[in-house]
This record gives sequence, C-alpha cells and structure tokens, in this order.
Amino acid sequence: MGFTINVNGRARSAEAAGDTPLLYVLRNDFGLNGAKYGCGVGQCGACTVMIDGKATRSCVTALSSMNAKKVMTLESLSDGGKMHPLQQAFIEEQAAQCGYCANGMIMTAKALLDRTPRPTEAQIRKALAANFCRCGTHNRIVRAVQRAANQMVGGTRTAAVVEGVRA
Amino acid sequence: MDRRGFLIRSGGIVVGFSLLPAVMAQSQPAALPGSLQSNRMLDGWLRINADGTVTVFTGKVELGQGILTALAQIAADELDVNYGRITMVSADTSRSPNEGMTAGSQSVEQSGTALHYAAAEARDILLQTASSRLGVAAEQLSVSDGTISGGGAKTTYWELAQDTDLRREASGRVKPKPPARRNVIGKAIARRDIPKKVRGEPAYVQDLRLPEMVFGRVVRPPSRRATLEIIDEAAVSAMPGVVALVRDGNFLAVAAEREEQAIKAAEKIRALAKWREVADLPPNGSALYEQLQKLPSKDSVISAKAGVSVSAGATSIEAVYTRPYQCHASIGPSCAIAQFKEGKLTVWTHSQGVFPLREHLAKLTGIAQSEIVAVHVDGSGCYGHNGADDVAGDAALLARATGGRPVKLQWMREDEFGWEPYGSPMVIKMAGRLDAGRIVDWRHDIWSHPHSTRPGGAGTNLLAGADLAKPQYLGYPVNSPQPSGAADRNAVPLYDFPNQQVVLHYLPEMPLRTSALRTLGAYANVFALESFMDELAVAAAVDPVEFRLRHMKDARARAVIEAAVQRADWRPGAKGDGARGRGFAFAKYKNLAAYVAVVADIEIDRRSGELSVKRVVAVVDAGLIINPDGVKNQIEGGVIQSTSWTLKESLRYDRQKVLTRSWSEYPILTFPEVPAVDIVLLDRPDEKSLGTGEGSQGPTVAAIANAVAHATGRRARDLPFTPEKLKLLLA
Repeated sequence: MGFTINVNGRARSAEAAGDTPLLYVLRNDFGLNGAKYGCGVGQCGACTVMIDGKATRSCVTALSSMNAKKVMTLESLSDGGKMHPLQQAFIEEQAAQCGYCANGMIMTAKALLDRTPRPTEAQIRKALAANFCRCGTHNRIVRAVQRAANQMVGGTRTAAVVEGVRA
Repeated sequence: MDRRGFLIRSGGIVVGFSLLPAVMAQSQPAALPGSLQSNRMLDGWLRINADGTVTVFTGKVELGQGILTALAQIAADELDVNYGRITMVSADTSRSPNEGMTAGSQSVEQSGTALHYAAAEARDILLQTASSRLGVAAEQLSVSDGTISGGGAKTTYWELAQDTDLRREASGRVKPKPPARRNVIGKAIARRDIPKKVRGEPAYVQDLRLPEMVFGRVVRPPSRRATLEIIDEAAVSAMPGVVALVRDGNFLAVAAEREEQAIKAAEKIRALAKWREVADLPPNGSALYEQLQKLPSKDSVISAKAGVSVSAGATSIEAVYTRPYQCHASIGPSCAIAQFKEGKLTVWTHSQGVFPLREHLAKLTGIAQSEIVAVHVDGSGCYGHNGADDVAGDAALLARATGGRPVKLQWMREDEFGWEPYGSPMVIKMAGRLDAGRIVDWRHDIWSHPHSTRPGGAGTNLLAGADLAKPQYLGYPVNSPQPSGAADRNAVPLYDFPNQQVVLHYLPEMPLRTSALRTLGAYANVFALESFMDELAVAAAVDPVEFRLRHMKDARARAVIEAAVQRADWRPGAKGDGARGRGFAFAKYKNLAAYVAVVADIEIDRRSGELSVKRVVAVVDAGLIINPDGVKNQIEGGVIQSTSWTLKESLRYDRQKVLTRSWSEYPILTFPEVPAVDIVLLDRPDEKSLGTGEGSQGPTVAAIANAVAHATGRRARDLPFTPEKLKLLLA
C-alpha cells in the first residue's frame, strides 16, 4: 500500500503495509539514520522522533497512523551545516560513548526544552528516565542538555570540555 | 560506501598493506614494542600521502571508548603533524594489522605503543630522506606540522612521500618523544566519531546500506538444546517479500525485501515451528550457587605463599560472595551485513576481532579464509563478547541463499537477551586470619564458568554452529593464565600477606553459554576481595583505609588511595547513621593496568530496601594519559555500569528457558538513579600508559557493598543488591 507522510517538512511516499512501524520506513525507505532500533517495544527510546512536536517511539508507531501528522527526525535539527544547540552541546560535553542512544536523548531533550526552556537537573533526569544508556554517559548527557538550555535562553556560552570542537 | 575505492585512490608512498614476509615468521625476529611484535612492517601502520594527509592503520576498533582518537593523537604527536591530518583505518582483514581482539583495556598499550614507535621511526626516515635531498645534516632539521626545515632549506613530508619507502621492518630503535616535547598527547581532544553520531549521519553497521540489499532475521530455538521437528517451509516462503529461507538442522533464518517483512516472516516461523525441548537449565539463587560448587571442576592454585606460621590466637573469619548471570545488554542489538558473491564472502561487522571472526566464519561456512573479508564498522556499545560475532555468522549463512545480494541481519531485542554470551555466575569463598591488627593468612576460592568463548582457537565459537545439521561446537574453553587471568582476574591480592592461597575451581561445562563481560572475573573478585578487606578491618577495629595501607607496599597504589581519601574527605572512624554510609575500595585492574580507588556514598531506605548510590569519587593512575577526557569517560562509564550491575542486574530464567526477553525483565540504572561521579586523574607522563576501560567496575561494586555495611552494620554479599534482598538483610 502507498502512504504519503510529512517528514522533516517534506511529503514522502512509501510502499509498505499500514502496520509497518514508522522506524523502518524512516530508516529504509527514506534513508534517515537518526532513529535506531533498540527494543521494538517502546521501552528504550533509541527510536525516538517528534510527531506533531511530541517525542514519540517510532518502533511502536504504525505508518498508517501518520496521516496529517508532522514527523521530525534528528536529521531535521541541523539547519544546513549548522547544528542545533543540543547537537553542539553533545559534542562540547563529549556526551557519548557508543552514541547509539544519542538520537533518543537529543529528541527527548528537544521535546523537554520546547516546553520547559529552563529545566532543573531533576527535570532533565525525569524527562530522560525512560531513555536507556548502557555506556554510563548519563551525567554528560544531563550536562549537555543544561548547556544547550543555557545557550538557547541566551545565557553565557562556556568552553567545550575538549579541544578540536568546531562551532 | 566504497571501501575498495580507498586503495585505488591512494597516491601515497605505498599502496595497501604489506604482509609480513613468510620467511620472517619462521626465523626468530627481534622483540619489538607493542603490536609491532606481530605486525612488523612500518607501512602496515602508516602511510604518508602526497595530499598532505597521513593514513594510520590499526587492528583495534572503536567501541565507543574513543580509541581511534587516542591512537590518532599518538601518531600525530610522534610524527609532528597537526592532528587534523590523520585519517584512521580500523580493523579490516584486507588492509589493517592483525591485532586480535580489541579487549582487556589493552589497545593503548598494544596498538598505541606500536604507533609511538612506528611513527617515531617514520619521522626519522623522513628526516634522513630530507637530509640527503636538502644536503643538510639531519641533526640540523626540525619538523613542524610535516614541514621539515633547517640550514635555510625546506621540504615537506608530502613532497617526500613518493621517495620514502616505509615498506620495511620496524627496527624499534627510534625512541618515542620525551614527555616535555609532546603536544598532542595528553590533550583532551574531541572524539572523531561523535559529530556524525549526534547528527544522524551513517555511523553504525546498522546504518550501512548496500545496493540490492535485503533484510534478514534469525529464528533461534525456543530454548537451549531444543531440536526442530517440523516447519512448514512453503508457508513461510509464500509470505510477502520473502527472498530466502534457510533451514540447516536447527538453524533457521529468513531474508526479505523489506525489514518488517523479514520480521513478520520470522514471527511466522516461530509460530509454525515445532520443537522438542529439554529442561536442563540450572536453578536460580542460592541453589545455583550450591550447584556451581558441586559441578565437575578443574582446580588450580593461582597463587600460594607460605611465610610465617600463624599463632593459635589468631582470629579467623570467612565469607561467601556471589554474582549471578549478567548481560552485556547493548542498547542496539547485534547486527551484521554479509554478501556472498562469486565465491567470496564479505562481512561488515562490529566484532571486537575481525581476524579471529574471519577464521571462524571460514569454519562455519566452509568458505576458505582467503575468500573472506571481514570489515569492522561501529556498532552499539560493546562491553565484551556480545552477539556481534554470532550475528555475523548468522548473516553469512543466510547470505549464501540470497543470490549474491547483501543481507543485513539485526538481532531482535529478545535474540540479544536470549542468546548473547552472559557474564558467568560466580561463587567466591574468602577466609582470613588476623593477628595483632594484620592479616596473617588469606584464602580466596573461586567457582566460575569460562570468561572467554570468543572466536579464535579450537572449535567454532559462533552460536549458529551448534544448530547446523552437521553441528560444529565451541572449542574447549581455556582460562587465560595469570597475571591477567580470566575467572581469576584480580583474585591475587596486590596487598602483602605472609600466607595466601588463591584457588580457581574452573567449570568448563556451561548450561548457559558464558563469555567475556567487561572485566571478566575481576568485577566479582574485587567485590569479594575488597569487601573482605573491610570485614577484616571491622574485625580488627581499624579504619578500612588505614587497614589497607597497612598491607600495601606499592607506592602508586598508596598514592591513589591517599588521593581518594583527600578528595572525598574520608574521615577515619566516621560512623554510618543507619541509612547513610560511605565505602572505600581499590584495585589495580588485572594487577597490570590502571590503579583506581573509589569512595561511594549511599543511602538506603530500611523499610523498602531501596538502595541509592549518591556520589562516587574515583581517583585514577593510568600512567601516561593520551586523552584525559577519554580516560574520564571510560572511568565514569565504568562506575555507572558497575552501579547498574550491582543494584539491579540478573538474568531471569527457569529450568527450561531464558525469561529475560526485554528491558522489563532486565532493568538497568536510569537517569534519576545515576550517582554523581567525581574523577581525579593522576597523570604520570614518564610511565607507560595503562588501560582504563575496565578499571573502575571492581572498586565500584566493593565500595558500594562497603558503604551498605558502613550504613547499616549488615554485609551484602549476594549480587545484585535489590530492594527485596536488602529488606531481608536489614530485617
């Protein structure tokens, strides 16, 4: 069956069964790599995308339910060569080891910052509680979200924890 | 992604990777540092390119530990070129050095050491070439970012590239730079792989797409040693999109045009297949630990020391510590792409060892090793021998049935939990005797299954092998000898005791396959050893830090212990208050790698048994630090992963099957539960680099256990420390 959905501001079409999880359509039909398969049952958060502005698990979201909805993936955060403050902050804090969970962390954090521009540390941890990280990078991720929030509300920009980061 | 194009495009000094001449392997070659010993040609490590770049080859792989960044720093510094000129080529059986596994916190020691020497020697060769070309004595030349100048003349590495032959055996005679002249080593340089990972660019084997690619899934038996009786193959083959169905004995895999079609076909197979099952898994909990001590074991004395005789008045204490089956539980299930075309098999894999994998893929498929290429591509986090190799085997078997089309096979979450090789359950019995405030006798007994059943060596160490109609089995697993050890890793105390005996009761028969999980046996051994040090300190009525220092001669160990005391403001004699406490622990990983001292602060809710780790201080001596932020990231990750193992993790199974299928049955630590982590690095630029990837896990579990005892006066010895168990302990 053919479906046309709005992804990152563009109408995109895919030939697939209606119950196909959105994740596989994004990855395999549209070549978008941000969302990752992690658990297939909406537990880990690796596949998170934004649907109509809400952080949503694409592995348990059917393609057929995307009619008239707007899907945004990690790829949409970079505007040309310019990264979103969250992406930049993840680099500046070196907030990844394997990085497989980073998509879900960034997309979930984006949803948080959209509704709570100045979150407390506890709010960040709560917002990310159902996003799993196995490498133990949690505290760096929290710092990256704080860094991005500071920058987005016009606060001072602090130096990256490492050298060789391009702004 | 065109991986072959790389070789064709290159216009550098040499093209491709020179293999060690066969004659050299037969004679007794001179000892060379690090992995140069087994990969002796300079051009196997480095290529200076006319376009102003340097290509560095390594047999080690990026696992999220930042190794490719650290190795690039070493090469840049020794060559005197800007870091940005370095391109890294990682493990690929067609063109990289063979450095075995990326494991055991050894990459900086092995590959890094090789690159220190190879790059220093390449720089020297370039200087000699420049000297003869410019007519200026080499001693008068200096190098800045690849530009060689002196005596009023000037040239560059890039101009000399065509005329400089690195196709020669390393001599090991050119010494790496002294610490004062380093300017890239020791800097916190940003990881090379992170930008693409946070931008959603193709970064992982899961993201690799090849023309004509199909998608595969494997269907494992419902339980161990189950045999397939019936499967309606026609019904599966008729499903939408199905391209190939492979049934070989009990091995079942399916390929389809679309990923969700492959998943549906696999579900259909699962529904249609009839299996004969057996119920022979071990019991759980204390019954498991009793059983482990009764299994046929191969016993060996790992360490024995008999010094002074012990007086009759000495105090004796004993304790038993246990650790269950635990999982690697990478966030992304294992994945591989395989293509079998015109008799050649190519596999893209996140294996830790592409060369050993190739060897076992050859056994599994019957395809000659010379016709197989295994290429490393990043995967989800790797904490030891997970499903990476096994899924490559599955993909290779399926690729023979897809008519030359490449097949991407990713395990489902339940495949990973259900079939990854687990960390072995362990029982550790400690016994000690105290006299006049000192330990006079020490005994450490370990019961454990194997900690390495990786590909390499005898047998076929790929999961699918045992399911084939002509089954291929694991080789007899061998416990790596001391000093690094495996099941007995870190069981030999670094403390100085007059009498000691360490005995391993090795259990090679595995009802559930076990293999390398980060630190191997060290996590449990340090848990037992460092908990028992505290138990003895309590019995001796001595502060546990003071008690450790009393038995510790190693100056670097003393230095990290003392630095941790200072950083955490450790107060000798401070009492826990029933709900809050702090604990101390120390280990030098493998007794060979980084020294790590940890102080953990915990809170415990006595009514619910809920344990919370609030703050962890870790002080590390890793010798020469290549990238301080990389070391911190590894140590911090180790602290948090170990906290998760310690508080939560235990595989669920019954007598027939593994019950852990999703994160519901295998909870891990979440953001609100993660402790604050404070890390201090003691840099020792004159010492050799020591591995850090597994340095903090052992001290962390023991510091938590010691903190629980400090807070409550009760000793938790049975991992994990779940609320149910702690509630009972405190009742």
